[in-house]
Amino acid sequence: MMPTGETLRSTGPVHSPELDVARVRADFPILSRTVHGKPLVYLDNAATTQKPQCVIDALVRFYTEDCSNIHRGVHELSERATAAYEQTRSRIRRFINAAEEREIVFVRGATEAINLVAQTFGRMRLAAGDEVVISALEHHSNIVPWQLVCAERGARLRVAPIDERGEILIDELEKLLGPRTRMLAVSHVSNALGTVNPVARIVELARRRGIPVLVDGAQAVPHMKIDVRALDCDFYAFSGHKMYGPTGIGVLYGKARHLEDMPPYQGGGDMIASVTFERTEFAKLPHKFEAGTPSIAAGIALGAAVDYLEKLGMDAVARYENELLRYATEALASVPGLRIIGTAAHKAGVVSFVLDGIHPHDIGTILDQEGVAVRTGHHCAQPVMDFFGVPATARASLALYNTRAEIDALVAGLRKVAEVFR
Amino acid sequence: MSELRELYQQVILDHHKRPRNYRKLPGANRTALGHNPLCGDKIRLYALVEDGRISDIAFEGSGCAISTASASMMTESVKGKTAAEAEALFERFHDLVTGRREAGGADLGKLEAFAGVKEYPVRVKCATLAWHTLLAALRGDQDTVATE
Repeated sequence: MMPTGETLRSTGPVHSPELDVARVRADFPILSRTVHGKPLVYLDNAATTQKPQCVIDALVRFYTEDCSNIHRGVHELSERATAAYEQTRSRIRRFINAAEEREIVFVRGATEAINLVAQTFGRMRLAAGDEVVISALEHHSNIVPWQLVCAERGARLRVAPIDERGEILIDELEKLLGPRTRMLAVSHVSNALGTVNPVARIVELARRRGIPVLVDGAQAVPHMKIDVRALDCDFYAFSGHKMYGPTGIGVLYGKARHLEDMPPYQGGGDMIASVTFERTEFAKLPHKFEAGTPSIAAGIALGAAVDYLEKLGMDAVARYENELLRYATEALASVPGLRIIGTAAHKAGVVSFVLDGIHPHDIGTILDQEGVAVRTGHHCAQPVMDFFGVPATARASLALYNTRAEIDALVAGLRKVAEVFR
Repeated sequence: MSELRELYQQVILDHHKRPRNYRKLPGANRTALGHNPLCGDKIRLYALVEDGRISDIAFEGSGCAISTASASMMTESVKGKTAAEAEALFERFHDLVTGRREAGGADLGKLEAFAGVKEYPVRVKCATLAWHTLLAALRGDQDTVATE
């Protein structure tokens, strides 16, 4: 389904001013601290981003002024907390251009969102001999939940291969979509390599065959404008803490007709309409999937993060980060003995690399002494590491507050690594 | 830089570049697999135990400088020892890399080079992986040893 003119008008590119990185940096208090006596150069944003003051303030304000449970009390504080929490839902709906607020389910993070879909939608649809298709680029959180439900139902997990640049082989993926395929789950952006997958095209291939698609958007939402209706995916999962919000809150977007059909994921308070010992009537969407007291403060503060991003403009964020990624890629490529892992034509936010004869863990320790924080390891994507024949990589991942000077500090740190190992 | 030099001492870098006893051991009667999931380090350890003593020992695998050097130097220091002696040595080594024992007070010989690890708590696992794997091999454990 193509987006309607109405949709395009309401979410199309708004002319946004260029990002002023000096002003942005001033919004993130942690960026002024030092590590081992050096200014912090935080390049581990794919693991979690730092938080702007407005998000920290929202957390403090909730606990200082409005702390209360939601959807329960008739008292002032509970009403204020409920309104603020639900306001985030409405902001998220607008932010990703979902059709309705009830399609926005709050969860702990992208991992829980995927598990929810696997354990309800997946379990309901999978029978022995059926198939779930994923890609070879997936994070463990978009592999293991499907393995679990496939094992339970006697279904088979099939994996679309990637090429040496780290791009999904779309023709091979298409071949895997057969009469037994009940689900396709794919990442929007690879956390290990930064590859931006052609999700709209992938959805279209699945759509033709009536196969529902879940998109793991954890690494995409902080870097680009997301429009779930333009993508036409059935589910879209992401985490708050990778988009400048707190940990403990994330989002599952699902098309209302699917969410209506799905059984609850967990039972408890807040997800019911009425309970007797004989029978429970579940609450309407989205509350059917929101059993128990959620991370209320985090949910409210996620709304502040969305406001912050919208004020900057996701198009400006994407333009700035793409330019910085280009700079980082060139700068790193000039380091002797450095090999970039993942050279897809379209990437976002991540440069993964290895150095000749030096293990990523040693790189990480030495860079840390220089105040430079990178992730080293398998990035919860062991199959990707296996494909490239490396036990691990070092990964520099970018956010909207990173600068060219920080990339230069990373490169200087890598020269120090070479010095230690000379 | 000086703290880094404490960690990456010359002897450690040397054993990283040219690990000793890095090979298969066809006649081995003890073997174990060690894995550090945090950084992907993997080690396969082989030992030949005769008359209660480690008469030969070797390893293969991939890892960071600390884990490779530690494995290399471990094989050199336990050759000829009984299982009990090797275990006692590991206890002293463990105390050294976790800072529970001062360098120089434990009679660890070349292994004292790992004293710098105590300043890097996340690297303790790298320094001890080969030792944990050795103990598993000597005990005859079949499961992969994981440091997590």
